[in-house]
Amino acid sequence: MPRPTPFHPRTRELCTSLSYKEWAGYHAVCRFDVYHDREYYALRNQATVMDATPLYKLDVRGPNALDLVNRVAVRGFDRHAVGRVSYVVWCDDAGKVLDDGTITRLAEDHFRVTSAEPALGWFQRNARGLDVTLRDCTDRIGALALQGPLARDVLHALAGSAFDDLRFFRARTEAIRLGTSSVPLLVTRTGYTGDLGFELWIENEHALALYDALLEAGKPYGLLPMGLDALDVSRVEAGFLLAGVDYTSARHALIERQTSSPFELSFDWMVQLDREPFVGQAALRRELERGVSKRFVGLEVDWNDFEAIYESFRLVPHLETATCRLGVPLYRGGRQIGYATSRTWSPLLKRYLALATVDASCAGLGTELEIEVTCEYERHRARARVTETPFFDPERKKA
Amino acid sequence: MPGSNHYDTIVVGGGHNGLTCAAYLAKAGKRVVVLERRHVLGGAAVSEEVFPGFTYSVCSYVVSLLRPWIIRDLELARFGLELIPLESSFLPLPDGDSLCRWSDGARTRDEVSRFSPRDAETLAEFSRAMGRIGRFVRPIIDAPAPEPMSLKPADLIGLLRLGRHFQDAPVDEMELRLKLLTMSAVDFLDEWFESDVLKAPMSVSGIIGTFLGVRSPGTAYVLLHHYMGEIDGAFRSWGFSRGGTGGVSNAIAASARHFGAEIRTEAPVQRIALRGGAACGVVLESGEEITAGEVVSGCDPRLTFQRFVGEEHLPDDFVAAIRRYRFRGSSGKVNLALDALPEFACRPGAEHLRGDIAIAPSIDALERAYDEAKYGTFSSRPYINIVLPSLVDPTVAPAGKHVMSCFVQYAPYEITGGAARWPEEREAFGDAVVDTIAEYVPNIRDLILHRQVITPWDLEQEFGLSEGNIFHGELTLDQLAFARPANGWARYRTPIRGLWLAGSGAHPGGGIMGSPGALCAREMLGRRAR
Repeated sequence: MPRPTPFHPRTRELCTSLSYKEWAGYHAVCRFDVYHDREYYALRNQATVMDATPLYKLDVRGPNALDLVNRVAVRGFDRHAVGRVSYVVWCDDAGKVLDDGTITRLAEDHFRVTSAEPALGWFQRNARGLDVTLRDCTDRIGALALQGPLARDVLHALAGSAFDDLRFFRARTEAIRLGTSSVPLLVTRTGYTGDLGFELWIENEHALALYDALLEAGKPYGLLPMGLDALDVSRVEAGFLLAGVDYTSARHALIERQTSSPFELSFDWMVQLDREPFVGQAALRRELERGVSKRFVGLEVDWNDFEAIYESFRLVPHLETATCRLGVPLYRGGRQIGYATSRTWSPLLKRYLALATVDASCAGLGTELEIEVTCEYERHRARARVTETPFFDPERKKA
Repeated sequence: MPGSNHYDTIVVGGGHNGLTCAAYLAKAGKRVVVLERRHVLGGAAVSEEVFPGFTYSVCSYVVSLLRPWIIRDLELARFGLELIPLESSFLPLPDGDSLCRWSDGARTRDEVSRFSPRDAETLAEFSRAMGRIGRFVRPIIDAPAPEPMSLKPADLIGLLRLGRHFQDAPVDEMELRLKLLTMSAVDFLDEWFESDVLKAPMSVSGIIGTFLGVRSPGTAYVLLHHYMGEIDGAFRSWGFSRGGTGGVSNAIAASARHFGAEIRTEAPVQRIALRGGAACGVVLESGEEITAGEVVSGCDPRLTFQRFVGEEHLPDDFVAAIRRYRFRGSSGKVNLALDALPEFACRPGAEHLRGDIAIAPSIDALERAYDEAKYGTFSSRPYINIVLPSLVDPTVAPAGKHVMSCFVQYAPYEITGGAARWPEEREAFGDAVVDTIAEYVPNIRDLILHRQVITPWDLEQEFGLSEGNIFHGELTLDQLAFARPANGWARYRTPIRGLWLAGSGAHPGGGIMGSPGALCAREMLGRRAR
């Protein structure tokens, strides 16, 4: 049975739809109301707060902390100053991705790793001979994602000017006042929505006080609690992949074709091969020599084609307003060349978007493919075009 | 040729349609300049900080049918367009009761069944029927108007296709269409529903911007527009634009500039210059002359033809048609800056205030409001459509304070004593609106920090809307499709060679839709309709 997060006593009162799912062993709200669109629009126009506690959190400390993250991650951290956050994946020896997450340098000898799945074991296995202490702090720290164009205003109302100048992918801990006590709050300028936003990390004992104070601070700014459904739409607009949906962790893959390398996930920019040895390095070198066979891309489905399929049934186009995670085949020249794993209608862009894996030869921007569309239980195909991601990339995200 | 005063196209008027047309033309590589008389862009889709800290959507206040394909083509999201759907439709009642219709169907059903369990059940059937009809109207608003008099093969094929589209429907749907085209909003709704409380707020969709009453034949058609919900569903096709409706215009302008269009404000056009019977440029009020291969007017037909061109340059039958074309503005606008959120006595709280609020206590009250206007006075108890955009878009007011936008009908352009008397009546009109609202929000007067009253006269004088008609001419059937603005001239062309009409006075008409501007540009570029 899923556990409650430290914010559960509050979100339970607000979640009138009783719509929950299990996320990493916790109860997680899908949508607070019967429809998630109000949360989505609040995210893109005001600000939202989402309970992100179920993200796994691992503290890596000690004289060799830097060596360990360098050994595990596909990018190096030598030049990462204290207070910098990085998005990163890590691989197995075959160079296949195990998980993706962030690594924050909290001190010279202290890194915090967030991940979709437990990372403690993997880091431990790779820590042989290193002087590090590993501690999973998932159950001790509550996390809130405060996202949206007015997120900074809300944070300012909560914490004064403490985080006003926090830059994109930076982290800072400051003491803030919650009720009568002064409490340390870690804030990272990160998120999974592609919007301006922050993630707030706090010890469990202060979680409810933080939640209450945040909701109060957010009142004039239209702050709403948000669930996973709205998040799922926004993360596709942002072009972010989701472990277990858009790729399978090498830990769970049953056959090799289910695995993905960082290059196959189009994370070429992230991989730093020319440095000290790290897990998967040799395999990744070999892969580059051999050539990358598949790529992760963004697609836009041709709306006129889509509309025409429905019109042939005398229907107007119908799409779920939530992101659809049912994979569908993609074709080019009559041959299947890949599959789309996440599809969503973007209410903001008025575009039908998809995240997909395709043969490397079909991954060029502008390449025209066909996507399977099922209408009235009949299979049809609509054109789709390989499109640059993020699909939605507002200036405020980094401003 | 930078600095040169010659363009491929001059667009007269920086309203949302003029800008849309300019953006499409610029995207196709044309050298375009937009000339706007005022200091801000947007025409009637404009946001202005009239009172410090408060941004009013001065005229148009909701975005109804802005076409999704225009948002895609012009990449408007990238240029800052963000639409926020209206979440509900609230009707306070004088007896202390109220009705709120939500996007949550089950919740709406519960609300309606307090007044009529039968109506609550019928509502879903009604939505389904209107949805089916909406599918049939969409191709009409997304393409140039059919030309029934034309014998050109392309037009005949288009007409044939449309005919098939019309014909290809079950009998009950055909019957429904016929009724929608001919009946009054109230008669049409009477066939479905029994409760006045439900019918009154639904019927007002049929009269907005038109000098007709809810019992006047022909008003049923306009109801349909409410059901042309895009993919996002029923209520969600109506929304706020972040930063006010000017946000739409600004995004289109940013897109137009991105594609290379030049946009000038405070550049009032005095006349459209003609050479050999063709448009060859414009003369500004400053005396400056700008030449161009083609001129597009985003202004209404009267302004375009009677003022900028001059009747002497136009064929007699066309002049007669434009003179016959009815404007008859019937509405005004009151914008309020509020110190706090208003509280409706019949239903405290804010949740139901995030959509639109209709002051439409009964069908009789609506009809009485029309009666007064028919004989030359503004309604003493008008129909008011209120929105509080600051509830969902906090950027338009200081934290905790609110903007209240009130669309008011009826305010006839021709009041007793003549339209020029409106400035004397302005504040009395504003008082009537506030008094009406005070019947539902008793302390409203204490909350008002600033009040802006806009009469049909102001709409004409300040915004160039002839007779204060918000749609560039009434949206009645005889002035739509191939008859907009005149028979034979519905394809954005005009009797003046090189002069095009791209405003709401062209097919498919008014509202923040963008279609006239976009479709005009497509015709100019010789592209096939979508």
